[in-house]
Amino acid sequence: MTWLQRNKIPAGTALVVLVAAYAFYFANPNIAVSMFSNAWFLAVPLVLGAMVGVIGERSGVVNIGIEGQMLVGAFAGFFAAAATQSVFIGVIAGALSGIAMGAFLAFTTVKGQLDQIIAGVVINIVATGITSFYYESGKTIPRGLPNFDVPLLSKIPLIGPVFFSDGPIALFALVIVIVLHFLLFKTRWGLRTRAVGEYPSAADTAGINVIALRLFNVTMAGTLAGIAGAYLSMEATSTFERGMSSGRGFLALAILIFGAWRPLRALAAALFFGFMSASASQLQASNVVNIPQQFINLLPYVLTLVVLAAAAGRVRAPGAVGQPFVKGD
Amino acid sequence: MTQTQSQAGETPGPRETLLEIEGLSKSFGTVHANQDVSLRVDRGEIVALLGENGAGKSTLVKQIFGLMTPDAGTITIKGDSSRIKDPKDAIRRGIGMVHQHFQLVPVMTVAENMMLGHETARGGLLDLDGARQMVRELSAKHNLSVDPDAEIEDLPVGTQQRVEILKALSRRVDLLILDEPTAVLTPQETDELLGVMKELAAGGTSIVFITHKLREVLAVADRCYVLRQGKVVGGVDDLSSTTTSDLASMMVGRDVVLRVDKAEATPGDTVLSIKGLQVKDDRGLPAVDGFDLDVRAGEIVGLAGVEGNGQRELVESIAGMRPSIGGSVRLGADDITKSNAHDTNNAGVGHIPEDREKHGIVGGWSIADNLVLNCYDEAPYAKGFVRDFGAVREHAVTLREEFDIRSPSVDVPAGSLSGGNKQKVVVAREMSARPRLLMAAQPTRGVDVGSIEFIHRRIVEARDAGAAVLLVSAELDEVLSLADRIAVIHGGKVVAEVAGKDADRTEIGRLMAGDTDSH
Repeated sequence: MTWLQRNKIPAGTALVVLVAAYAFYFANPNIAVSMFSNAWFLAVPLVLGAMVGVIGERSGVVNIGIEGQMLVGAFAGFFAAAATQSVFIGVIAGALSGIAMGAFLAFTTVKGQLDQIIAGVVINIVATGITSFYYESGKTIPRGLPNFDVPLLSKIPLIGPVFFSDGPIALFALVIVIVLHFLLFKTRWGLRTRAVGEYPSAADTAGINVIALRLFNVTMAGTLAGIAGAYLSMEATSTFERGMSSGRGFLALAILIFGAWRPLRALAAALFFGFMSASASQLQASNVVNIPQQFINLLPYVLTLVVLAAAAGRVRAPGAVGQPFVKGD
Repeated sequence: MTQTQSQAGETPGPRETLLEIEGLSKSFGTVHANQDVSLRVDRGEIVALLGENGAGKSTLVKQIFGLMTPDAGTITIKGDSSRIKDPKDAIRRGIGMVHQHFQLVPVMTVAENMMLGHETARGGLLDLDGARQMVRELSAKHNLSVDPDAEIEDLPVGTQQRVEILKALSRRVDLLILDEPTAVLTPQETDELLGVMKELAAGGTSIVFITHKLREVLAVADRCYVLRQGKVVGGVDDLSSTTTSDLASMMVGRDVVLRVDKAEATPGDTVLSIKGLQVKDDRGLPAVDGFDLDVRAGEIVGLAGVEGNGQRELVESIAGMRPSIGGSVRLGADDITKSNAHDTNNAGVGHIPEDREKHGIVGGWSIADNLVLNCYDEAPYAKGFVRDFGAVREHAVTLREEFDIRSPSVDVPAGSLSGGNKQKVVVAREMSARPRLLMAAQPTRGVDVGSIEFIHRRIVEARDAGAAVLLVSAELDEVLSLADRIAVIHGGKVVAEVAGKDADRTEIGRLMAGDTDSH
């Protein structure tokens, strides 16, 4: 079977959405670009968070600590940037703090066989505690990560201004989704990772080191959570606030499920959510309907719930998610 | 890879010694799983490892495959006695293993599973075409047909096993270990597998074959070792002069009655009456399709059939675990077609389920609690809504004695027992309720010879006490030796009924395969 035959429904959906988006664009280019840009702007941390989940769960480790990992990334990144007055160093610090948080989850759950949910909750609580305790007001960074135009690609109507005229982390998020999708389904690492997450004893008897692969994957996935945090404090804004991840890590998990544990579909799911949020703000701003603002703000979350409920039962989690691997069991 | 083949020439005898185990011991806590085990396998030989559940067969082969490390003793493969570090090391030294629980990733294709662990890549890309090609070549060479692009979870068990064997062969094995390969196979698939084993051995591959089915040992093995309580208690070098009962008594350490001694049945009134029953399977396709059968008090009706012809759905539907979409099930004068499992049980149906781990016991609960799962809410085990633990325990102690459940006490978790003893817990519970109808689905699957004998005797006793017994089994031998009347199921309906004493093995095998034309 060809790729298109196997992916008829997602490919068809993507085509319909693309046509609709361009119809909107040609009808009203300004509003379309602003709405889609806003959607992508909101989707970036969700995409990165969902990728953390994809890597972890595909390897068999649930990560509900994405929220906390992001928060620590935002914090470490911002204060490193403030101290050194270098946003570049800030992003590196965010990524490194993400690795540390990833390693914490990996070593407690994969090596120590601590319950994965408990480990995730610990990460979230510790992250809130640490970032609040060491928070200092009044610190500033030189300026946020600047937007730039990607040569040629930024000239494409609609897609150019939306995806290729943003900051470096937004572009990174787009690239990492495609790279990860390729790695997961086309390479040796991907085959082994999926095997380890689906049926680890089969991987073990095939001579794959299940523990080592899970440790590596969960640790490295933390990098992306750290970078998502850096996006929040240094690209989307230029400030750190207490609890600024504000549920995005959990939303990323919902997107992961809606995206059926596949990077490209998770990207689409994140964009859908971003677009719903952007539409809500647009509705609010244009004042076309007289609905209390709170209800409009609720819209993306309600829609996410509805979509998730519809997706439940249709998508299937990797077989060994949540189960520690014990050799020779 | 070190050059080890040269040493093999020093071994005396006409054949090259491929594997030699000396003084192997392995303990788990205070349990000696293997004690001073020594054995030898030559090139091109099929060696059977016989033993009851818990005799230490699986532990032994897991050590050969590097999944466990021995406490003492040596394993020498082609003259190399260095420690086998892990499965990868074992594979490198030419050992392949087909596990009892298949080691295949269910959501991946045959080709992906074949390449897992030793993938070839072209410029970073997985070489899936190469893997497909390899599957095709291997399956043509060994006459084991599989579709490289089929997903494992869509394949029948017999085909999955074929994939496992091909996977092992793709690693160029000298020694293939098969851990209870026929436990999940239909009679036809079993015969096919035995043929494949013979061909492989003829081609120079040695096979170590774990089983507790004596007929299979005599059919394919060149030699066999018998294990009991972790030790090798005997070996047979020439199987041609051995009978199944010789092997069976070696396994259990005493004489076993393989034939079931039973008196002529004296059937009474009809207890179970099934008319035109229709039930769907998990995928929503018709599995039981117009099924008619009567079972009378005091007789054992054996339902013979190739697995997957609606037996599971039929049993689950009678037991109230699966809704039917047409027809009726009556128990005496009561209509139990729409009854749930609890009501069906209270109406007098005892059910020994096919999957004891899933539907038979609650692994984490004590033996005592498991023994009252069907009556925990009734006197004397409950007074009003308060349980009476004294009565529960007393009941358990009596049944443990009566049904020979081997456990330290009745308070240990049922999940910690061996397969045979778990099954005895289920049998004890279902029979102690004195059901009008006893439904036994695969009652001796994965159970050792001693327990099989015991369970068979109990089923006959239940019949003699006046129960109607419906026996569903994929083991044709079991149906033939127990049933007073045999019904053959094919495609969800009864295609033939014969009296137990007139039954002919080949004739029933033919009917099971759906061949009714010449009738």
